[in-house]
Amino acid sequence: MRYRSRRGIPGFRLSLGLTVSFLSLMVLLPMLSIVILSSGLGPRGFWEAVSDPRVLAGYRVSFLCSLIAASLNSVFGLILAWVLVRYRFPGRRFIDGLIELPFALPTAVTGIALATLYSDKGWFGKPLAALGLRAAYSETGIILALTFITIPFVVRAVQPVLEQLDRSYEEAGRMLGASPPQIFRRVIFPEITPALLTGFGLSFARALGEYGSVVFIAGNMPFRTEIAPLLIMIKLEQFNYMEATAVALVMLAASFLIMFGINCIQSRASSFVRG
Amino acid sequence: MYVNLEHISKRFDGFQAVREVSFGIRRGRLAALLGPSGSGKTTILRMIAGLEDPDSGDIRIDGLRVNDIEPSRRGIGFVFQNYALFRYMTVFDNIAFGLTIKKEKPGRIRERVGELLQLIGMSGLEKRYPAQLSGGQKQRVAFARALAPNPRLLLLDEPFAAIDAKVRRELRAWLREMIRSLGLTSIFVTHDQDEAIEVADEIIVTNQGRVEQMGSSLELYQSPATPFVVEFIGASTPVPEISALKGFDGTPPGAGGAVRPEFVSVYAPDEQVQYAHTEEAIVRSIAFRGDSLELGLTLKGLPLTAAYSLARAPLAVGDAVRLLIRHLYLFDGGQVRLLQNSAYGNGPSENFYSI
Amino acid sequence: MHNKNNLWLPRLLIALSFAFVLLMLAAPLSVVLAEAFSSGWELYLKAVTDHYALRAAQLTVIATLSSVLLNVAFGLTAAWAVTRFSFRGKGLLTTLIDIPFAVSPVIAGLVFILLFGRLSPLHSFLDAYNLRIVFAVPGIVLVTIFVTLPFVAREIIPVLEARGTDEEQAAALMGAGFFRIFRRITFPHIRWALLYSLILCAARAMGEFGAVSVVSGHLRGKTNTLPLHVEILYSEYQFTAAFAVSSVLAAAAIAILVARNIVELAARKEKKSNVR
Repeated sequence: MRYRSRRGIPGFRLSLGLTVSFLSLMVLLPMLSIVILSSGLGPRGFWEAVSDPRVLAGYRVSFLCSLIAASLNSVFGLILAWVLVRYRFPGRRFIDGLIELPFALPTAVTGIALATLYSDKGWFGKPLAALGLRAAYSETGIILALTFITIPFVVRAVQPVLEQLDRSYEEAGRMLGASPPQIFRRVIFPEITPALLTGFGLSFARALGEYGSVVFIAGNMPFRTEIAPLLIMIKLEQFNYMEATAVALVMLAASFLIMFGINCIQSRASSFVRG
Repeated sequence: MYVNLEHISKRFDGFQAVREVSFGIRRGRLAALLGPSGSGKTTILRMIAGLEDPDSGDIRIDGLRVNDIEPSRRGIGFVFQNYALFRYMTVFDNIAFGLTIKKEKPGRIRERVGELLQLIGMSGLEKRYPAQLSGGQKQRVAFARALAPNPRLLLLDEPFAAIDAKVRRELRAWLREMIRSLGLTSIFVTHDQDEAIEVADEIIVTNQGRVEQMGSSLELYQSPATPFVVEFIGASTPVPEISALKGFDGTPPGAGGAVRPEFVSVYAPDEQVQYAHTEEAIVRSIAFRGDSLELGLTLKGLPLTAAYSLARAPLAVGDAVRLLIRHLYLFDGGQVRLLQNSAYGNGPSENFYSI
Repeated sequence: MHNKNNLWLPRLLIALSFAFVLLMLAAPLSVVLAEAFSSGWELYLKAVTDHYALRAAQLTVIATLSSVLLNVAFGLTAAWAVTRFSFRGKGLLTTLIDIPFAVSPVIAGLVFILLFGRLSPLHSFLDAYNLRIVFAVPGIVLVTIFVTLPFVAREIIPVLEARGTDEEQAAALMGAGFFRIFRRITFPHIRWALLYSLILCAARAMGEFGAVSVVSGHLRGKTNTLPLHVEILYSEYQFTAAFAVSSVLAAAAIAILVARNIVELAARKEKKSNVR
């Protein structure tokens, strides 16, 4: 590797050497093993593993529920970020402090809490059942769990952008005759769109991979409420490592695609902001 | 008066930003609100625009009280300090923004934006985004955007603050000519006296929420009304005790004032001096100022600055020179009086506002 | 403002926010406590002080501490390399650091099974020395480190990037060595970010479920962490016990949230006083 050290600052070889070795051992090697092993399956075996109807149904459930959860969070995340930045009211710190609960609460705890809350005898499940609605052990339950665990992403992506948004943009819109809804739609919204999309992408990626909080509330019925990570788990428990790896590889590809998309959005956004 | 402020006051929690400000600006004039930061100048501008509401007092534009009129209906174009160009819109869309809000026909919008692009000399750049423009170009776009809906009054908040010094001079001249040729009544805020002097027809000097003085740059320089204006406009050196100076010994003890460099005559050590009341001073520094030298002097421990012609006998740092303070400003309460050295006549004579 | 009377929109949005936070966040948290104490103190204490629960807690603490310590070491080293020097392949390196965040926890567990399990070329070697990684404590610690790997690095890199290298360069020119430069110049700028990211790292390590579940083998008293213990109790219909153990984790989560808020406030305060 060729390098150009910034003159004088010590520790280049040591820090880079340690970083590269550690990353190779902990990240690169494990990730390569997954690629190597699934290649042992052969293209046909791989295709059969990932095109199995039950697996396809799992992908469908995972993608749809994650998409809905990420969209719900985009709406509520935007509202929450707006309220936290623009308004001062009693209880604001309470809301702000609780936003990160999903990051702090172990997902298994989240899972059993939501399952209890929305079961037919639970605080929320009982009134819903009286209305003929079933939350736990259905797609709704999966969406609820995925929404819960991804709440912080959009809020925390949009909040700093709104905080730093210069008020003069709005004032410029106001001087030129724009009404508050017009100012929001044409002046503020374009400014926060990159952050909103980033938050959406992070939520979506996280929701796709989530396992712990979902399995308790999903009911895990094949073809209906079985998420893709659960399928990997099931195949692992059957010691069917090859198929598990094949299913995982598709999920990995999806995650990297989302991450790539987020990077594109961010570099495009910074080209507008610079200067 | 086209724009009139009558007894305007504004308080931000616990801080009196503007106190009882009144002034008027005639139609077609270009006025500067000049003052240090925190003097209330930007608040005054924002109240005229309607971005802040005054606590008391009236604002009139063309005879109409506008206090309760929406900012966008006051007929005002506003250029923001950092231009506030919409970053995700092209130059065209930025300039067209106000017109699209008014639901003008697309053909009419294109025509008007084309006109303005030509006016600011940026035809062909309408598809660029603000991030792709230089500081000067951004300012021109902000100017065009403010002009697009045909305002009757243009307000500019520190229009040159975000531009580097080199381009700033050029842009000042450009903006002044542009506003003059349009005949548009304009007010701009600045903390830079050179900028105000160069660009404005009239300067309103603000300090601690009050208007200290209003007038042309020459009026402000020659007849400053308050000690603040003396210190803020042009160069001057404060004098804590005027009665200690020869030729001003009749002034009340304890009175302070200020001396401008051109009020001081310097005589080389071997020069004949026709006046009494000269004092001895030491040359501390000599700086070349193009057409003259600027001398840094100390007179009985008091630092003074004086201009010195290049044609006169050369001086060196450390030389003892004679100097005559011909005039000085006496600060009397909030007032300023111009005093003449008694060497010119008998006793300290009081010549108001004439040099 | 001219729209003084238009307060309905802010009120509506604030009401919506409260409703969302109460229903979605506060309710699940409350249900944990309500269920935990639903059968009284005695059962609660019994569940929490159960032998297997204590062993699970022990393992959780071990895994959390190891991942926090490793995160500090790796995060600081990586951030130093990435922000203080320029070299080829930097983009690739930062992408590698980010990978664990993009990977599903279940896949993270799978990856380590593939690497050290029966199918791995390493397996016979490990077997020969009687080293067990998968379905044993080392595996649990390893996957916990893997899923939390980016926390510190990702938080510190932007802070150091924004700071620039001027101060370090000046100090190096004056002859300061690595440790002096780091301790006196770099560290004061990043201490809040470091603390903040460690808090989040600890939260994730403590609560990790999917990845740990894959490599654990679920041996009670041996390879069970607290979240796995909760799962087992729940699947055995010991709901009260499951929620009792959960309440301990929930209390830790709340402590983490409080600590996070304190750190954020302290960092803001310091920033403010530095600006003056």
